[in-house]
Amino acid sequence: MNKREFLQQVVAFLPAAGLLRMLPGTAEAKELVGAPANDYDPTRHWYGMGVDVDRCIGCNRCVEACKAENGVPDEPFYFRTWIERYSVRADGETTVECISTRPAQPEQAPPEDPAVVRTYFVPKLCNQCAHPPCVQVCPVGATFQTVDGVVLVDEKRCIGCRYCIQACPYGARYLNPITRTADKCTFCYHRITKGLLPACVEVCPTQARIFGDMKGRADRLVRFQRVNMISVLKPDLNTEPKVLYAHLDGEVR
Amino acid sequence: MKLPEQVTRLGIVIAAIVAVVLLLRFVILPASLFSARPHQMATVEREMAKPLRHAGVAACRECHEEEFQAKYAGKHRRIGCENCHGPSAAHASDENAEMPRKPREREDCLACHGFDTSRPNGFPQVDPQQHRPGKRCVSCHDGHDPVPPKTPTECSGCHGRIERTKALSKHAALPCADCHVVEEQHMTEPRSALPSKPGSREVCGRCHAPDATDAAASKATVDLASHGGTYVCWECHYAHLPEGRK
Amino acid sequence: MSGAIPESLLEQLGHQLSQVVGFIYPNEVETQWAILIVVYPYLTGIVAGAFILASLVKVFNVVEVQPIYRLALLTALAFMLVAGMPLQLHLGHPERAYEIFFTPQPTSAMAMFGFVYLWYLLGILLIEIWFEYRQQLVLMAQKSRGLMKGIYGALSLFSKDLSPEALAFDHRASKLITIIGIPSAFLLHGYVGFIFGSVKANPWWGSVLMPIVFLMSAIVSGIAMVMFLYILLSLVRNEKLDMRCLDKIGLFLLVAIIVDFALEALDYIHRLYQSEESIGILSELVSSRLFTSLVVVQLLLGMLLPLLILVLVRSVRFNEELRKLLYFTSSLLILLGIFSMRWNVVIGGQLYSKSFRGLMAYKMEITGIESLMTALALLALPFLILTVLFLLLPPRWMERNAPTAAH
Repeated sequence: MNKREFLQQVVAFLPAAGLLRMLPGTAEAKELVGAPANDYDPTRHWYGMGVDVDRCIGCNRCVEACKAENGVPDEPFYFRTWIERYSVRADGETTVECISTRPAQPEQAPPEDPAVVRTYFVPKLCNQCAHPPCVQVCPVGATFQTVDGVVLVDEKRCIGCRYCIQACPYGARYLNPITRTADKCTFCYHRITKGLLPACVEVCPTQARIFGDMKGRADRLVRFQRVNMISVLKPDLNTEPKVLYAHLDGEVR
Repeated sequence: MKLPEQVTRLGIVIAAIVAVVLLLRFVILPASLFSARPHQMATVEREMAKPLRHAGVAACRECHEEEFQAKYAGKHRRIGCENCHGPSAAHASDENAEMPRKPREREDCLACHGFDTSRPNGFPQVDPQQHRPGKRCVSCHDGHDPVPPKTPTECSGCHGRIERTKALSKHAALPCADCHVVEEQHMTEPRSALPSKPGSREVCGRCHAPDATDAAASKATVDLASHGGTYVCWECHYAHLPEGRK
Repeated sequence: MSGAIPESLLEQLGHQLSQVVGFIYPNEVETQWAILIVVYPYLTGIVAGAFILASLVKVFNVVEVQPIYRLALLTALAFMLVAGMPLQLHLGHPERAYEIFFTPQPTSAMAMFGFVYLWYLLGILLIEIWFEYRQQLVLMAQKSRGLMKGIYGALSLFSKDLSPEALAFDHRASKLITIIGIPSAFLLHGYVGFIFGSVKANPWWGSVLMPIVFLMSAIVSGIAMVMFLYILLSLVRNEKLDMRCLDKIGLFLLVAIIVDFALEALDYIHRLYQSEESIGILSELVSSRLFTSLVVVQLLLGMLLPLLILVLVRSVRFNEELRKLLYFTSSLLILLGIFSMRWNVVIGGQLYSKSFRGLMAYKMEITGIESLMTALALLALPFLILTVLFLLLPPRWMERNAPTAAH
């Protein structure tokens, strides 16, 4: 090749290397990380979660269980999962509050507003996107997606630049103030790979949260997808979330 | 073309730097330093090895089969033990270590059953200020089989909000069964056997048609033939509070 | 667990939580990128802008601007050396920063920027300055004794050739590097803009115009900084200022501001016209939390007022002293305005919730790593480095010591 071609290739290299990775279907894009050899075969699983908004009673037990299971700081600034309350009025005006940041006052029933036509709770958590923007922006590859569909953070290599936290459209990530690395819901990876349920699913009293395997044959999540109209959060951003909502209201962001 | 002396010198310096970098990258330093993959795989291992704090129902059941069976017969059958008793993995491996909490205070039950307007219709709730204030729930209800001392016979036992709404309306005296057909299964599997809603306008017409015999509704009669097209009445009128909220 | 969390952080977060209006995702209460990340694009912007100004001399033969050529280059270098520091200080694990170079993810704009930064510093700036100063370094080595002789010798890579052919080669090399340097400078600050512009999760950042706007405002800030320094240095050293040069810089600054203003105006008009879902909360953001820093400081004081002053200077025949004062004032206002622009982008993008339903707050700490004090120190440091560079590589040494050889 001549000098011009060489220079063109060099100039194109840097951004092209990045762009190539984004093309769907390229071999490198499909390179996901798997678990080491033992009797758990990650290639046989593709985990997701179903959330039935109609069933959530806003008891916050999932939030407490998650914090206990995963060592999330108790302070109301750090959540791997949380509950939102929506109150929609007939004219479309909607009020939203996060009930997980305030201490519960069970003896005091919250006031009722007669103008509200519908009101409900929505559990939120990391959507473990199939096309995660957080993984895309990590400069050192400390956050990545496993073969079985869970996005993890390597707390030994994360440099704490916080770019992934900025890139997440769902507010699912935070910087762990102890480890000073990015942190988020892992679907309780240490539990699901042993056949247990994530802590939030384990304690949910009304089966508002369904954990499952999209590659499963007799699987709760597959049935969930069969019998419900499914929505995801912010579909226009094309993150392909794997947390599937049933009975999700249009007001929910 | 002979390169000027300064360019040769600069070239040597640049070449030396490049050579050192390449040498370090490809020869001296181990390849694992330059790949994220082995670290990602190590992370997966590390993540899988994290300690469990919740044991899961199957683990509790190994020793507490009696409680499990008692729970399984009642309304709390689908609730994980650790929802109320807290994370118990430590106890499951060593029964003398860290006894799980016993949720005996009101707030433990009110967290789910205290009235909250955003809770789904039909979820059993009580008004904490009205329902035995100050008394602990466990004095009447067993957490494993929380059958109330008096099983409610009225729909208002679970549908308190609808009952309170209806109580303010002109339909206050109407029993639920007048309009809704409720199967037995609704008491045990509510979502699997939903009560029916009136299928025809004639159901409401029993009171609201011009030729109806009920005096109470005589002020609110409509000509069923011309009013409201082909819609069933409750598709526009909220029957629990037909006057509408102010 | 709480014992290990710094009390100052909990205090800051508690305060910021109390300032929340409406609904935010609970993790959004913490401002992830704070004052240090405002300083960083400010510094790299000045680097790119100063270099573009210098390139006008070398590539576009704008001879009037020759007097500030070396000043512009040294300014670029001084700010370039500091530009990486706020990033380093901001990291949760600064000791792991090397990982960006060891295991860079090609999909990450931040990772790729590390290489662009290195390329620009080593491949463009240092080599450009070397070719520009080589003749002077050789002469200074000849004229010095002891340690300084060694230092200047080393800096010149012990080259000795001062023949006309060698010097001509230096000029051609310098021009070539500048030609490569212009797109490199565009890449440098364009990438910073892309780091923000590529974030689809945040509509205040995620826009196609972001890299362009960042680049244009970088050019404005770079030219303003060189103008500011040129006037300041002439005052400090009691030297005569070349008014033709200053007027020319003023003209380029005026053109740059007009283009920058047009682009930013386009961004706002486009947003308002399209009226996407985020327009509600963003309008509330601009009219409440960002009003002072955006409308008053960035727009009025930082852009429109200097624009008026520069237009005035070109229209009305003021005397030299007044013109200098007006240029000084406008360059200072612009520097303030561009800093405010960085604040409005970085902090502004984190003052509203991605749920589009609420607003947050940022309480800047006064002391600590991520604090006002650190930011001020980082903003002052380039001037210190520039002072050292001026002592080491005096821009006018040739005119004083080898007037016949000076170009």
